Amino acid sequence: MSSDRDAAIVGIHEYPSRDVEGEVSPLQIKAESAARALEDAGLNWSDVDAIYDAGDGGGMGGLNIAEYFGLKPNVIDTTNVGGSSYEFHAAHAKRDIAAGKAKVALLTYGSTAHSNARAIGVGGRGGPGMHPAENMDAFAGMTLIANYAMVARRHMHQYGTTSEQLAEISTATRYHAMRNPEAVKAMEDLEFLDIRETTISDVVNSRMIADPLHLLECCMISDGGGAVVIASPEVARDCRKPPVWILGGGEATKYPENGGDITTSAAAQSAPQAFGEAGVTPAEIDIAMVYDSFSITVLTLLEDLGFCKKGEGGSWVQGGKLRFDQSGGPALNTDGGGLSSNHPGMRGIFLLIEAARQLRGESTSQVADARLAVAHGNGGMLGSRHAAGTVILGRD
Amino acid sequence: MNDVKRPIPRSDEPDTAAFWQGTKEKEFRYQQCKRCNTVVFYSRRHCTGCTDGELEWKTSAGTGSVYTFSVVRQSYHPFFRNMVPYVVAWIDMDEGPRILSNVTGVAPEDVSVGQKVQVEWEEHETLNIPLFKPI
Repeated sequence: MSSDRDAAIVGIHEYPSRDVEGEVSPLQIKAESAARALEDAGLNWSDVDAIYDAGDGGGMGGLNIAEYFGLKPNVIDTTNVGGSSYEFHAAHAKRDIAAGKAKVALLTYGSTAHSNARAIGVGGRGGPGMHPAENMDAFAGMTLIANYAMVARRHMHQYGTTSEQLAEISTATRYHAMRNPEAVKAMEDLEFLDIRETTISDVVNSRMIADPLHLLECCMISDGGGAVVIASPEVARDCRKPPVWILGGGEATKYPENGGDITTSAAAQSAPQAFGEAGVTPAEIDIAMVYDSFSITVLTLLEDLGFCKKGEGGSWVQGGKLRFDQSGGPALNTDGGGLSSNHPGMRGIFLLIEAARQLRGESTSQVADARLAVAHGNGGMLGSRHAAGTVILGRD
Repeated sequence: MNDVKRPIPRSDEPDTAAFWQGTKEKEFRYQQCKRCNTVVFYSRRHCTGCTDGELEWKTSAGTGSVYTFSVVRQSYHPFFRNMVPYVVAWIDMDEGPRILSNVTGVAPEDVSVGQKVQVEWEEHETLNIPLFKPI
């Protein structure tokens, strides 16, 4: 039985630039972020004995990353489930530290998606590959956005959800982004037009990309990265910053099934594990860091995380309650999210980082006395095969 | 002019080759387990419903309904960028299989969830692609 004081986030760093103009590599972003996060914790490279890596630095991550950092870890976990990898990593780190396999775990992320001009959202899937599912899907020309749009369409059909309701997600995250200087800089560097707080009408009147999703319901494509250091209670006690405890974790995948319900995600399986292990309920959560690749991602995940009933997310999010200075719901993506601050392709690490900032009292949209946070990563594609990682975090 | 072709599935992919083989005859084939009745689609060698499954090939009547869809208005894919706007949809075949495809032969604004559709084969040299049009 795991305890709720097995392991804590003790160091964080978010790489500040969203446009490195091709002059820094993903590996360099990972190493720089790792050094800053270790510094934040008051630790050094030599303290690290566990590495968690999603392979974003290229090559076979598990073989190369320790050498690049110059480490000799006892735990090498190469779980790669897209954007949710870091929530998996955090839960695995807690498990490994609790089992006595390691004391200091290092999670890193680096990407130059923007510099590479990767059309993440509107590129088709590559040519048919050797995975059978890809060999069935590629002919249809589904873009990533269309994949999520099909969830939105079905959600609207099944529950009467509206574009105006979905837009609440976009306006809340932009509200937070405008308070975060790094997010504002990101939007400037990525040449967003008209950088300001948005209204519901701004969102629903923005260009349609894949019906029913509009431009302002889609995340940015940035460069970026970050690092998280997780440590045992003994190590955490001597770190520079207050510990942010990993109270529970859950993981799951979901995929297209004949007759399946596309409006329910893998979060419906991962969330009860995480909340159960943590011994807390969604109603107690102050901060919801929920993967916002698109508006519909958040709406679906909020339902599956248990903040409201399935199908009621549309009316539940109305009225601005997801803003940090409003009551009635958790504060959503207080850094500005993937929609308005940082999305280099696999955003999961930033969910942990901003949740930790909130529980330390360091956010630019700080919720007074924030005690409990959920970080939920969604990897892959919500409307077909995807992975869900839920992590519950709390402070002393 | 656009001489880039639609991505054509591979005929040598071990699990799905038999499905694509069937499209040469303009047949929409799927598998069902004789023991547990699970419909398996996309095709595989093993039954996903039971460990001692016995999969039997069946042919769909080719009709189904739109489970959900989107109208793609922006694509950077060398073929599909010239097709916008087009409809991508998950289609539920009446016998159970769910397949990702396009709804064609109709204006995007006239496509709806639940709409009845039937397969319309797009002919290619090595196989045929199952697209769908409203009935």
